[in-house]
Amino acid sequence: MTSVKLKLKESDVQKLKEVAKSFNNEAGELINVLHKAQEIFGYLPAEVQEVVAQELNVPVAKVYGVVTFYSFFTMLPRGRYPISICTGTACYVRGAEKVLDEFKRILKIPVGETTSDGKFSITCLRCVGACGLAPVVMVGDKTYGRVTTDGVKDILKEYDTED
Amino acid sequence: MELIKLTIDNRTVEVEKGTTIFHAAKKLGIEIPTLCYMNLKDLNIEHKPGGCRICVVEVEGRRNLAPSCATECMEGMVVKTHTVRVLNARRTVLELIISDHPFDCLICAKSGNCDLQSLAIKLGVRDIPFQGEKSTYKPDFSPAIIRDMDKCIMCRRCETMCNDFQTVGVLSGINRGFEAVVAPAFERDLDHSECTYCGQCVAVCPTGALTEVDHTKNVIAALSDSKKTVVVQTAPAVRAALGEEFGLEAGTLVTGKMVAALRQLGFDYVFDTDFAADLTIMEEGTELLDRLTRHLGGDKEVKLPILTSCCPGWVNFFEYNYPDMMDVPSTARSPQQMFGAIAKTYFAEKINVKREDMVVVSIMPCVAKKYECTREEFATDGNPDVDFSISTRELAHFIKSANINFNALPDEDFDKPLGESTGAAVIFGTTGGVIEAAARTAYELHTGKTLEKVDFEALRGFDGIRSASVDFDGVDIKIGIAHGLGNARKMLDDVKAGRSEFHAIEIMACPGGCIGGGGQPLHHGDSSVLRARAKAIYSEDESKVLRKSHENPSIIKLYEEYLGKPGSEKAHHLLHTHYFDKKSKQVLLD
Ligand code: SF4
Ligand code: SF4
Ligand code: SF4
Ligand code: FES
Repeated sequence: MTSVKLKLKESDVQKLKEVAKSFNNEAGELINVLHKAQEIFGYLPAEVQEVVAQELNVPVAKVYGVVTFYSFFTMLPRGRYPISICTGTACYVRGAEKVLDEFKRILKIPVGETTSDGKFSITCLRCVGACGLAPVVMVGDKTYGRVTTDGVKDILKEYDTED
Repeated sequence: MELIKLTIDNRTVEVEKGTTIFHAAKKLGIEIPTLCYMNLKDLNIEHKPGGCRICVVEVEGRRNLAPSCATECMEGMVVKTHTVRVLNARRTVLELIISDHPFDCLICAKSGNCDLQSLAIKLGVRDIPFQGEKSTYKPDFSPAIIRDMDKCIMCRRCETMCNDFQTVGVLSGINRGFEAVVAPAFERDLDHSECTYCGQCVAVCPTGALTEVDHTKNVIAALSDSKKTVVVQTAPAVRAALGEEFGLEAGTLVTGKMVAALRQLGFDYVFDTDFAADLTIMEEGTELLDRLTRHLGGDKEVKLPILTSCCPGWVNFFEYNYPDMMDVPSTARSPQQMFGAIAKTYFAEKINVKREDMVVVSIMPCVAKKYECTREEFATDGNPDVDFSISTRELAHFIKSANINFNALPDEDFDKPLGESTGAAVIFGTTGGVIEAAARTAYELHTGKTLEKVDFEALRGFDGIRSASVDFDGVDIKIGIAHGLGNARKMLDDVKAGRSEFHAIEIMACPGGCIGGGGQPLHHGDSSVLRARAKAIYSEDESKVLRKSHENPSIIKLYEEYLGKPGSEKAHHLLHTHYFDKKSKQVLLD
């Protein structure tokens, strides 16, 4: 997995330690701790994983194993507007892949990466539980349902003005 | 104990509740094939991820085939281990595994010794119906171990050894599906991880995914260079295992044949690391006595317990995990390195050969020694004290490739002076041996009396963590012993936390000590061979006339002619070392 280097500030380390502590520093809580850490930093650079490993007393290799196993976790900073496309079965059969391809084509980045201006990033999600709206796309916290390839442009346009 | 009755292949068997189908079948003499499963009984390691599905059987009433290595027996179960459906499933599983595996058998280091290959032979795989892309991954060449993940079958045995048994925690399964491999954190190379090079992952890997760096070629090149004087040393544990590679029963001592073979291969001097083990005892034993005497005299500064330092896997582990205790281990170098230092000074001068014209080769049960001999502090002007370290397995290959009929060789003796040794030295090869050897010498030097019984039975055994007291004429010396790095960690953490107190601790990185080293003939899951090797080691000790290091005449002469006395300035320069804090020096490389 490609990653980005980061020098953690002492306050960031402190934050991570508190997260770990809120889960009693239990090794079994690794996934939950990583979830929280990703919420705070937006992604999980090596340095963050090292602190988590130390706090939960698990090998850092194991932490990295978990981070690379779950597609939810990322080691790259996400864009200011992270785009998530659900590729669960329901969305998939209703054209999620074409929608995904359209995002990739317009933004010129593959899944898991961020545009060079740091604005958008693309990730895939397993089922988000909104199958009635399939195919589902999320940009940040906002959910778009029944997205078509033609609709992709319009979604992106919504974020045009914000620069 | 609750008993359960079930039927396997129409025969009834009674087993304890909790027994797996695999073990129940075994009880009936039915050997179900396995691949990912590993059971090292003597080390209390049972690895059953249930991942490969080679061991599937049919269970009446169940729709799916069950992995026998991970399925518990139930009362009244009816199991069939070789129905057509089972055999087809096993073959399909194997074909699928092979379809994502390089067809490298002809040139693979593991060929002839590979569990995947044996299984393909056993199941008679003749063609692979599944064609498609194969997963590939960058190879990793460290100073001691090569990782070729294209040959990884994701059995994850290496993880169990590295993470659970050794508690080093370098390896983890990463990614998922087709992309999945076993790798260090952030996919760094082993050389940039906390790997100790203990080689225990190599020792259990069923395929050629993990192998040692092979230095045989370099050794052959040195042997064919007429300008070079090539000196070889053999570690204690090698003689107790090498025979296995030639079909001899585990525990057969082949010291004399090994010497004869090395001579036939063309080494100019066939010496013994055991000589250096005796030397280690002189230096380490003196250091122990010195610290003890000061301690008993009320010196509060003195660091105890003293930790042995002859295992480079352990030294690496220590340097990563206990940087705050750098001054606790003995400063004595390992026997391999002591040997190299003496060979390239004392002995080279004796035979009038320049350092650059001498090549020192070591035969080791060990993978970590390959790394150790590359450490900068063990070289003079860039010329290493030990040039190449090859494993027991590499030596066996070398002997076979030279067309030597090993089993028919006569017994020969080591050359002198660096081939002379005592019984105390040979037991270095097994857990508890180093500290027993040290006790024999330290006792006599401390009390001035002759030991009536040289066998310290209390220090022997196979438990991962042991402790015993040795009576030094009224003074109780408390000794701790640990083998396997996980056990070492427990023992050291207890000492650090003040939960236990010792005067001296022996630590070996490998299970059983060097007899279970990462470079030894593969045990293929049968850990009882380790016990057999240990027995052989003790029998060689018993057969020796001299059994205390300080009685070795060549050692006595070495001190008289060259070193002065143990711990002298010259001895320090040549035979001692210092340690490095590798934790804080570790750089993040992405
Ligand atoms: S490297 Fe070897 S031991 Fe480790 S998972 Fe792969 S095949 Fe198994
Ligand atoms: S050599 Fe030892 S420490 Fe290194 S990866 Fe293998 S088991 Fe772990
Ligand atoms: S116990 Fe022996 S074989 Fe294992 S790493 Fe230590 S010195 Fe090498
Ligand atoms: S040997 Fe039983 S699942 Fe692999």
